[in-house]
Amino acid sequence: MNFLLLTVIKAALVAFILLTALAYVQWLERKVLAHIQLRVGPRRVGPHGLLQPLADVVKLITKEDMIPSHVNKVFYLLAPFLAVMFALIPIAVIPFGTDITIGPIHTNMELADLNIGVLFILGITGMGVYGVALSGWASNNKYALLGGLRSSAQMISYELPMAMAIATPLLVLNTLSFRQLVNSQDGFILGFIPRWTIFQGPFPFLIVAFIIFMIAAFAETNRIPFDLPEAENELVAGFHTEYGSMKFAAFFMAEYCNMITVCCVATLLFLGGWHPIFPAEYGSRFIPSLIFVGAAAICFMHAANPSRRLDKFTLPVVGVVALGIAGIFMVPILATALLPIFWFSAKVIVILFVYIWVRGTLPRFRYDQLMRFAWTFLFPIAIINLFLVGLWVALT
Amino acid sequence: MPALPAAVPLSWYLTLSAFLFVLGVAGFLFRRNIITVFMSIELMLNAVNLTFITFSYKLQQVDGHIFSFFVMVVAAAEAAVGLAIILTVFKNRQTLEIDELDSLKN
Amino acid sequence: MDALLFMIFAAIAAVCGINLVIQKHAISSALSLVGVMAALAALYLLLGGEFIAAAQLVVYAGAIMVLFVFVIMLLNAGVERTTRRRPWAQYAGVPLLLVLFGTVALLVQEISPAGDNVIFGEFTKGTPLDVGRALFTTYLLPFEVTSVLILIAILGAIVLARKEID
Repeated sequence: MNFLLLTVIKAALVAFILLTALAYVQWLERKVLAHIQLRVGPRRVGPHGLLQPLADVVKLITKEDMIPSHVNKVFYLLAPFLAVMFALIPIAVIPFGTDITIGPIHTNMELADLNIGVLFILGITGMGVYGVALSGWASNNKYALLGGLRSSAQMISYELPMAMAIATPLLVLNTLSFRQLVNSQDGFILGFIPRWTIFQGPFPFLIVAFIIFMIAAFAETNRIPFDLPEAENELVAGFHTEYGSMKFAAFFMAEYCNMITVCCVATLLFLGGWHPIFPAEYGSRFIPSLIFVGAAAICFMHAANPSRRLDKFTLPVVGVVALGIAGIFMVPILATALLPIFWFSAKVIVILFVYIWVRGTLPRFRYDQLMRFAWTFLFPIAIINLFLVGLWVALT
Repeated sequence: MPALPAAVPLSWYLTLSAFLFVLGVAGFLFRRNIITVFMSIELMLNAVNLTFITFSYKLQQVDGHIFSFFVMVVAAAEAAVGLAIILTVFKNRQTLEIDELDSLKN
Repeated sequence: MDALLFMIFAAIAAVCGINLVIQKHAISSALSLVGVMAALAALYLLLGGEFIAAAQLVVYAGAIMVLFVFVIMLLNAGVERTTRRRPWAQYAGVPLLLVLFGTVALLVQEISPAGDNVIFGEFTKGTPLDVGRALFTTYLLPFEVTSVLILIAILGAIVLARKEID
């Protein structure tokens, strides 16, 4: 029963952290996007809009929950559930760090260490298309239907290059378990280049695989430049046109959750998981402390000449918290447990930032361009890439 | 109410498989929508797959898994061609009812 | 635990299977079939078939059924009409099916020896490694033949989808 209790605690913890992270990824996106477009973004609620996600949640929950009269009720209500469910399940097999020991308890940093973890994620994300397709169909609205159809076609098409790109590191590392994948990326080539998958093996091919994976991931998560299912200038809001309040929020959550999952998978498969970017002898363990001290310094600097009245009080508090976190990373016992988590989260956040960056930069594809790109360019490249890597693995 | 046994007898899996197969037969015979009929065939294939995997467990050999893998591949090919045929039929006849597709009769 | 998990997933599979047959709308049937497939994937895991469970999710539930849902959405054909049936078929159909099920179930009970239990973890040959090894050594020829089959299916689907039949 100890195992069950431990799993329940871990599940609750992961769910809590994930849902908070979802809300703040959205804040991050609005903020970064605003700065790319020379705006300031959310700023009214809390310091630099930090409480904006909370306000959004309250708004979405208290909105009137209405069901349009012309929809197919069962499927209309089922679709957001499916979307959220298939977005949340994959998190269960993603490891966030190495094992930790708290007193008598020794546990992994994931809910379940499957030895077919990668296949599991592929299977579950493949089911995610039902939420979108059903919502489009059940809404009984031509824009929603078009969005749903586009999304089904897009997700099926881009799943193939994605699977090919995922298979490439699996060929080189020879395992399907995320934990073993990351463990075999430990260490450094020549003492300073990390043995991450993208730097391993036949040199350019794994980087190509990584790029293919990221492009396909953008399409799988329906993000710009592949957000055709919800292209607002042609399809109103796409498949969730007829959804409001928490049902809309469910789709929103599913989208961001899928983004986080994809970033985690990219980190684990290609970017060395929780292994640091350069060896500990050169001081990689001081990086988190340095970052948080820097953040604290910026907070204090802004508090010295505040742009709003409240900043005089709120920013020093944030700064002190950041200094405290920096201090925690200096304690050796805590640091060994926290450093893997720090590196993992740092890589995930960097990829998330790229997501938002791309959204702020690139225009949307046309639908025929999107399909032609997948079938005539991405898929052949992925197959040739996989073939060459396979040849290399067979020869060595 | 009897307590649940610690382990499941092999025959329960086979019985479930038989049940699903019979359901597939029922769908195939009773339904009139060509897509549902097609899905009933898929259900029967799935039931047979379960039998394959169960016997694979019983014999401690991987061969049953290979067979169900081939069944899946064939089902994928079948679905691609079958749905293309259904699309063409619908384009030409505007119906999915198998009773109305009787132009070869008489 | 084994029995409980079997019960849950077998119940899901059975209920979804019944739902497939009795629902009037094709999309309800399609989703029920997805439910059956997901439950069967869990049962495969209980039987030690790791690879085949993942393949079930990826190929069946994730690709083939999406194709079905896609076509149903595209055609948007609506609710199935009940057509006239021959009277004897109306009354004899269900009992005959029950007889079929009863016969098979009885046979299964008869031939399978008692005490032949499924214990999770007893069968460890269902990993991707074992399946791959068998697939590329013993079953290499069938595997290659299926790849040709898939190619033919792709060609057929493209020809059917493009051709305008007058």
